[in-house]
Amino acid sequence: MKIIVCIKQVPDTAEVRINPETGTLIREGVPSIINPYDMHALEAGLQIREKVGGTVTVITMGPPQAETALREAISMGADDAILLSDRAFAGSDTWATSYTLSMAIRKCGADIIICGKQAIDGDTAQVGPETAEFLNIPHISYIRKVEDITQNSIRIQRLMDEGYDIVESSLPVLLTVVKELNEPRLPSLKGKMAAKKAEIMKWGKADIMGDEDKLGLKGSPTQVKNIFTPEPRSGKKMLEGKPEEIVDALIRELRQIKCV
Amino acid sequence: MRIIVNRDKCAGCEECLSSCPFEAIVIKDDKAFINEYCNACKACLSVCPEGAIIEIEEAEEPKTVQEGKGVWIFAEQRGGKVASIAYELLGAGRRLADDLHVELSAVFFGSTKNEAEELIKCGADKVYFCDDPIFERFNDEPYTQLLSGLITTYRPEIVIAGATPIGRSFIPRVAARLRTGLTADCTSLAIDKETGNLLQIRPAFGGNIMATILCPNHRPQMATVRPRVMKRGEYKADRRGEIIPVNADNISSRTKVIDSIKEISDIAINLQEVDIIVSGGRGLGDPKGFKLLEELAGLLGGAVGASRAAVDSGWIPYRHQVGQTGKTVCPKLYFACGISGAVQHLVGMQSSDIIIAINKNPEAPIFNVATYGIVGDLYKIVPLLIKRIKEIRGVA
Ligand SMILES: Cc1cc2nc3c(=O)[nH]c(=O)nc-3n(C[C@H](O)[C@H](O)[C@H](O)COP(=O)(O)OP(=O)(O)OC[C@H]3O[C@@H](n4cnc5c(N)ncnc54)[C@H](O)[C@@H]3O)c2cc1C
Ligand SMILES: Nc1ncnc2c1ncn2[C@@H]1O[C@H](COP(=O)(O)O)[C@@H](O)[C@H]1O
Repeated sequence: MKIIVCIKQVPDTAEVRINPETGTLIREGVPSIINPYDMHALEAGLQIREKVGGTVTVITMGPPQAETALREAISMGADDAILLSDRAFAGSDTWATSYTLSMAIRKCGADIIICGKQAIDGDTAQVGPETAEFLNIPHISYIRKVEDITQNSIRIQRLMDEGYDIVESSLPVLLTVVKELNEPRLPSLKGKMAAKKAEIMKWGKADIMGDEDKLGLKGSPTQVKNIFTPEPRSGKKMLEGKPEEIVDALIRELRQIKCV
Repeated sequence: MRIIVNRDKCAGCEECLSSCPFEAIVIKDDKAFINEYCNACKACLSVCPEGAIIEIEEAEEPKTVQEGKGVWIFAEQRGGKVASIAYELLGAGRRLADDLHVELSAVFFGSTKNEAEELIKCGADKVYFCDDPIFERFNDEPYTQLLSGLITTYRPEIVIAGATPIGRSFIPRVAARLRTGLTADCTSLAIDKETGNLLQIRPAFGGNIMATILCPNHRPQMATVRPRVMKRGEYKADRRGEIIPVNADNISSRTKVIDSIKEISDIAINLQEVDIIVSGGRGLGDPKGFKLLEELAGLLGGAVGASRAAVDSGWIPYRHQVGQTGKTVCPKLYFACGISGAVQHLVGMQSSDIIIAINKNPEAPIFNVATYGIVGDLYKIVPLLIKRIKEIRGVA
């Protein structure tokens, strides 16, 4: 079974700087981690490999330094890694990102592709389903449990608002995962050694035969018009006194808004 | 068109290998596999004694639906009933349509005509309606096929849907197929008076910044809208509109929803749809603390939320988690009991109308976003509050 896990390197902190000219985020100088959901995606990939055999390839589109994220994934047990990096990919929105990932995945061939539910920088949750569409394969979102997997089909639990659905799909399929699915493992010593030595494949636009008009800023239908900071919350009030007095004050406030 | 091997049927006889002019067929795990060198020349189709090599439809070339007219909402249903997000979309959609002087249409699958009428009473001029049972349960592929087909035929300029599990799962597929942009989880939508473009405002980086997104050169302009931020469409019993039946021919699916299981809870747990949330964190000290919060939530008709620390301690299931890796909520009233207010928690709840924070530690960052801050022991405050509410209600 050929398993591909899409991971994204995201800034670790909430400190965000913005390039005022382009309206895009400045990533330099902010410590980076693997998107937390993608750690669960990787763990899912490794568990599927343990169950049915095969290989796990991690893939990321990002700047050259995203290589660190790929090496970390190898230390956890991924077999190999692909870095999609090219000036032409810069400024991609979810449409162009998904297109780029799908072209690379096409080149590799895959039975199962696993993404995180969303990346915590943009919180869009769009790249998984859009990538599946470009690959013309089905997808299932918010996987919280893999019930069964064979060489040509999979049955999973999909987390929904009021409960969960049991969904079956043929392979190839793309899955997006929530953190309830598993607990990501820690890197092993052997893995860390492998990560140091691993040869990371580096692909640019020519390697994936990407159509120039569909890549990067140019290929992105959406544009960021401007970025601004939200208004701070106002009207803060501390309720003080004995517990009885505090609760009375609170009840008065709740009455005003007709909650009590 | 794409050529694939049906691995169920393939006997691994290797007959096909030499038939391929591009050497695109290899044997993997004793079965034939067609790799990326395939040129879809079909030379191998007739060679296979098992009929295991088949051709399948490729995704259509994404085309740009330029110029459109009208505003559409995707009205989702759950168990046949119009979901509350659909009414919020009607409210938002009506304003956009009025600004543009165009019609507002709703697309509604897998329910009854009676329910479709409700959409008209709340603001839709037209409802594209399909009652085919294939749409009763949410399944990405059929939903994608019907909605993108309708958009291609009728060409609306704007399509909005809920940023719910359903909307966020299949709307991206529709946008990818139509080669157009999609803005996720918008909290505000408006029409730019000069250009007529849709201004889509959404939080990014966990709510630390807001971004205005445009989709200037592609149509339709598509967005998912965060539940509970838009005002519902006004209900008028005598509003008239048109229901346009749509048929579901040629709908197929490679995924199958076998069952939908409701996880029953005494109180509503759909955090994104309730008015009041009572959340607890590590400060509860143990799982029993949630019983207390449940009682308060029950009295107020709300639901229980939690910080990640409480979820990770195993005190309450993940679906209650609020924050960056949980749910983003914006109820009218949010209680944070024994929650410190880490930025990852704040980003999931700081747009709530009113926030009441109860924490022992006066320095806890939760107080920075609180409307009402209470420095104290939650085990003193919450039981008293429950008692007072019961007295007021006369149930003590
Ligand atoms: C990548 C990532 C993603 C994350 N995602 C999320 C997320 O989605 N949601 C989330 O919530 N967190 C998330 N976190 C975790 C977050 O950083 C905090 O660790 C977590 O929110 C802390 O939970 P807490 O406030 O319950 O616990 P603590 O920080 O331990 O706070 C407990 C509070 O309770 C108070 N307290 C104790 N006893 C009492 C009492 N008797 N009465 C009143 N107050 C009392 C204490 O003063 C303290 O302030 C994430 C972290 C990371 C790194
Ligand atoms: N640049 C990228 N490279 C690889 N995978 C990505 C990239 N962006 C997003 N993904 C994958 O898509 C998921 C959803 O991301 P998003 O749509 O940005 O919220 C992530 O959890 C990743 O698995």
